[in-house]
Amino acid sequence: METLEQIKARIEPSLPLTKIDLLPNECPAGERSLVVEASRALAVAGFLRDDAQLQLDYCSNVTGIDWPETVIKTKVKKKVQVEGVEQEVEEIVETLRSGHLEVVYHLYSMALKHGPVVLRLRTENRTDKTHLPSLTPVWRGAEFQEREIFDLYGVIFDGHPDLRRLLMWDEFVGFPMRRDYVAPDDFEYEPTPHDEVLAAARKHYPVAATPEVKPEVPV
Amino acid sequence: MIDEGLQSELKKQGVYVTSLQELYNWGRANSVWPLTFGLACCAIEMIAASMARYDISRFGAEVFRPSPRQADLMIVAGTVTKKMAPLVVRLFNQMPEPKYVIAMGACAISGGPFKQGYNVLKGVDRYLPVDVVIPGCPPRPEALLHALITLQEKILNQPLTGPDRPRHLNADVPGEFPVPAYGPHDLEPPNNPNLWQPPTLTR
Repeated sequence: METLEQIKARIEPSLPLTKIDLLPNECPAGERSLVVEASRALAVAGFLRDDAQLQLDYCSNVTGIDWPETVIKTKVKKKVQVEGVEQEVEEIVETLRSGHLEVVYHLYSMALKHGPVVLRLRTENRTDKTHLPSLTPVWRGAEFQEREIFDLYGVIFDGHPDLRRLLMWDEFVGFPMRRDYVAPDDFEYEPTPHDEVLAAARKHYPVAATPEVKPEVPV
Repeated sequence: MIDEGLQSELKKQGVYVTSLQELYNWGRANSVWPLTFGLACCAIEMIAASMARYDISRFGAEVFRPSPRQADLMIVAGTVTKKMAPLVVRLFNQMPEPKYVIAMGACAISGGPFKQGYNVLKGVDRYLPVDVVIPGCPPRPEALLHALITLQEKILNQPLTGPDRPRHLNADVPGEFPVPAYGPHDLEPPNNPNLWQPPTLTR
């Protein structure tokens, strides 16, 4: 299969106004991915599926990631003049990364037996601009997985044929897989609590003078 | 009440004497029809218990019914999610009396390994009157057979009159249980206070 650079070099001339970023990956597998702007995602997806050399006709997996707003600290080496002598000094630079939601598609080709190509789409932010184009018209199998991402992360897929909650009930409020989701407080009874569960369970119990645990059978 | 020694002597002579209560309970205990109903991996063990190797029909409980209207026993085999819990309670309400519940496995008892999940009911006893619980993750088919035998012993020892009589002979005790509603984050109410209340712990 072509490398991602080759794929990028072929997509950008054939689809005008399309810009593709290659996302590096520092993990041992080094699986890199194509990051596509939301507005051009449908065209790029169609290209990847219909191109004769790629024929990525099978979308094996769609998943979501929540990236909250975080401060990233990076070490930068700087040359500083200290008493007339040039020295290298490490400085920590803080950059604010804005929060966004990400959807990842893993694509394979059944016809040519190659893959995966990883495609990533990003929303503008996590609060109001969480719209992304649905790729269900391109890969039919993405329908339920996009519904699941809508259910658990709150990404709204424009053009999805049936965008409803999949796993949670319709009356549910919130998106439970987001990093800042607060689960309902239902730790009324915990036989062996520890760590965060103990802290959550404490609210429901009177604190004893001794740490000994004395269960009492309710009447 | 007939003397047990006399009953045994008469039996040797070919005369069988019993009470209506024993006869009635004997009949009930030996044809418990479970509801075909599985929620997770415990259901695989339940299926294994009904097949040739473990053979639950030795205890008269092989007739798994696909309709709650014909079933006596609900084996809650697996993780009960909050989305599934109202449907489980509704199925139990549709079963005719006398009816029993076996909570099979760690998930049905307490939520098990998924207890800290936002979407898992922390024990089916919060909404249903559980008769027998089977620990294990999942319990082996022998454990399910043991639970069935335990349930049969419970049925055999039920008095038909008096304050401890079973639910179906007591018009004051309802046979239906309130179905919880879906709330914005949790089920409402989070438990049936007549059946389950958090134990008072001091720690």
